[in-house]
Amino acid sequence: MVLSAVFFLFAGLAIASAISMVYHKNPLYSAISLIGVFVSLSCIYITLAAPFIAAVQVLIYAGAIMVLVVFVIMLLNLDDAPSLNRLHYLYGVGAGLGGILLIQTFFIFYAVLRAPNHAVAENQTVGKTLSIGSAMYTEYLLPVEIVGVLLLMAVIGAVILVRRLNQPELEKLVDEELTRRNEEDEIGDYRISI
Amino acid sequence: MEPSLASYLALSGILFTIGATGVIFKRNAIGMFMCIELMLNAVNLTFVAFSRYYADVTGQLFVFMVMSVAAAEAAVGLGIIIAFYRNRVSVDVDDASILKN
Repeated sequence: MVLSAVFFLFAGLAIASAISMVYHKNPLYSAISLIGVFVSLSCIYITLAAPFIAAVQVLIYAGAIMVLVVFVIMLLNLDDAPSLNRLHYLYGVGAGLGGILLIQTFFIFYAVLRAPNHAVAENQTVGKTLSIGSAMYTEYLLPVEIVGVLLLMAVIGAVILVRRLNQPELEKLVDEELTRRNEEDEIGDYRISI
Repeated sequence: MEPSLASYLALSGILFTIGATGVIFKRNAIGMFMCIELMLNAVNLTFVAFSRYYADVTGQLFVFMVMSVAAAEAAVGLGIIIAFYRNRVSVDVDDASILKN
């Protein structure tokens, strides 16, 4: 009973925060609403007996990713997005597509729920850090390694994307390199001619 | 008494739909990025709910993988947004039309 109350409280909070995120024009308000969604989902994971995932949710999503997003918003000094008046006729289309997607999702879940008979399993060790860690480093070692390589690639790619070599410097570098090559060529020609 | 699996799946579907409509409606690159994060979270909720009701740890493990991919996506995506802002002084996706025509 308590679990149900907690679930419905945080489910309502998550949905309200999500709607507020889509509704607000100011990106900073959107980011703060999204943090609300993440924290509510973390509490819902606790009702699902998954304390490790709940902790990681707060650490990675609310702690790392959203700090990065807020940092970028502050860095770029973004204000309210100007309202577009040329896309108003598409709002109905978008809402219709959203409704269709919702119906589709519920249909899939309905089909899934009809198949087996679900009772809550009695095995309570599933969400514990020990079981996740042992599965991660025995059965699923290769995917974990692949994720590590992916993260390394992302770090290198982000650094290369954001690194700035501004235009005059680049041209100066290219000019110096070209003159150096020309001088070498001239010296070489001179020696050959002798 | 615990909430049923169906209520978790319904919450996940609602959150995913809100995220998808947000991607359609928002023209701000950072806003679209945050809506994608919301969709990833909705899928994570489905994973954890099934993991709980089938007593299988695989679902929670893949939530961890999804979080890693989301972190990588945050690093690269925000890098792209900053590089785009340097060239266009805007994060509006409608300005990213250099390949048009």
